[in-house]
Amino acid sequence: MSTTTTVESGELAPVRTDSLADLLVAKERPPRPSAWSASLTFGWRAVLKIKHVPEQLFDVTAFPIMMVLMYTYLFGGALAGSPKEYIQFLLPGILVMSVVMITMYTGVSVNTDIEKGVFDRFRSLPIWRPSTMVGYLLGDALRYTLASLVMLAVGLILGYRAQGGVAGVLAGIALLVLFSFAFSWIWTMFGLLLRTEKSVMGVSMMVIFPLTFLSNVFVDPSTMPGWLQAFVNNSPVTHLASAVRGLMAGDWPADEIAWSLGWSALFVAVFGPITMRLYNRK
Amino acid sequence: MSTQSSGPAIETTGLVKTFGETRAVDGVDLTVPAGTVYGVLGPNGAGKTTTVKMLATLLRPDGGEARVFGHDIVREADEVRGRVSLTGQYASVDEDLTGTENLVLLARLLGHRKVAARTRAAQLLEAFGLTEAAGKQVKHYSGGMRRRIDIAASILNTPDLLFLDEPTTGLDPRSRNQVWDIVRAVVAQGTTVLLTTQYLDEADQLASRIAVIDQGRVIAEGTKGELKASVGAGSVHLRLRDAEQRPLAAELLRRTLDAQVQLEPDSVALTARLTTAASNDTAAEQAARALNELARAGITVDNFSLGQPSLDEVFLALTGRDTQQPLPGSDDAHDPKDEVAA
Repeated sequence: MSTTTTVESGELAPVRTDSLADLLVAKERPPRPSAWSASLTFGWRAVLKIKHVPEQLFDVTAFPIMMVLMYTYLFGGALAGSPKEYIQFLLPGILVMSVVMITMYTGVSVNTDIEKGVFDRFRSLPIWRPSTMVGYLLGDALRYTLASLVMLAVGLILGYRAQGGVAGVLAGIALLVLFSFAFSWIWTMFGLLLRTEKSVMGVSMMVIFPLTFLSNVFVDPSTMPGWLQAFVNNSPVTHLASAVRGLMAGDWPADEIAWSLGWSALFVAVFGPITMRLYNRK
Repeated sequence: MSTQSSGPAIETTGLVKTFGETRAVDGVDLTVPAGTVYGVLGPNGAGKTTTVKMLATLLRPDGGEARVFGHDIVREADEVRGRVSLTGQYASVDEDLTGTENLVLLARLLGHRKVAARTRAAQLLEAFGLTEAAGKQVKHYSGGMRRRIDIAASILNTPDLLFLDEPTTGLDPRSRNQVWDIVRAVVAQGTTVLLTTQYLDEADQLASRIAVIDQGRVIAEGTKGELKASVGAGSVHLRLRDAEQRPLAAELLRRTLDAQVQLEPDSVALTARLTTAASNDTAAEQAARALNELARAGITVDNFSLGQPSLDEVFLALTGRDTQQPLPGSDDAHDPKDEVAA
């Protein structure tokens, strides 16, 4: 065995095969990490990526601010007499709408990631298989929380006052982040299913626009035609918006919370296994 | 060389993978002994990477069977994953993260606790000469550094079997030599290495056994010596004192050895490729006879050497894209009608 490779390179230090040999002698392997620990480690990876490319926080900061400002002043006067009146109704809804919209970037990041070399290494590791995906979503949950706080701050500045106090607001945001985590499994599925970033984006728009706009976020559905009410009243986004609105207003809308949690469970139960099937076969 | 398992590291029978109409891997049989470097040699698109991906549990085979240390790669994929590591252009590291972050991330995923993960990462970066670059994002690394961090990521836990899929493709000669040193260090500690390569000298340098793959099939398998011997006995290289005697020397060699003679760019040098078909004599005996003939004709030979054939010659011979016939015994694995011009 050769000992030390000598390199006349100013930039790159030589490989030290002697110390390498010492490192390789250790054959014992630590016990495998738990499912939760592996997922958290992947979540940490997502956080590191944010650290290296902070620009990617643009969609959870600038975009939500724009949404609040735009819709408050666009509809406020016409729908509620004044923007200040309207934001009392709008803020929880626009919070739900914006965060649910932001979830679609998950699909894009999964899709661009699998094109890169690191994905196959993760797949070759002896770890709980879904942890890679759960890690993405944990990182994203952090982004959703950030977006919610940013919007809440803007809302407070514009005059929003939550009757539910700090506890109600936090419970509302917690429910929203939980729902978004569950809902994101749709995007991990599309991220693995579709071939290009553009097609992921296109399909995501097709899903997200009707789903978020056809809801009770902007107005009470009672003025809508019957067929639309049937859709809107049963949409998961409507249930979630009602639940968050209720929580922030200091109520405890048990029905709506149950509906939101039920939809969340359904999303994970359906799209989680499909995602993992695609992931294993990729 | 402490942990020698009893069975082979890899055993495959009739492994098949199809992509649509293409049979990328078309019935591969391999037996890789534990504790050695096993070379899988073949051109681009021969099915090397697809084979490795199946063995590393990244792709499901469409037919055949494979066992890694006795574990079925489909039914016991998790056991296999626990014992192998993989480095290839597809299985690399996260370009957005730094060298340290990548190694710590992977060490954590392998179950190391926080401090142990940091220590192991730092030690590996040090051994690989990457300490200075440890805090830089991997996307800013040079090709040689990239390959080092890729391999470092594969040996965070010393694997029993390491797949190196074309580890030196695209590297300059110096970086390539360093990767070779790493491979030698890894195998010296008892890890089995399966190395795929397009470079014949790489297989020659590192591997003890070699399988030659072409169009999804193993067309030859054996030790380096066996492969070379099957193609020809070797070559006689001569340097004459007088360039004017070269045509006569070439003629004499051709006659006495029944060999192909090649005139080198250097006007006093020539090479005769010996064939086993020519006689039952060994290469040395044939060479001795040739020297005798040359001396009798008054040709002064300044320098003489007898070399084994290069793997280039072996490969050209086996793929049938050059002159000779396939290895004896490999005909069953090699169906000439499947051959397509490269």
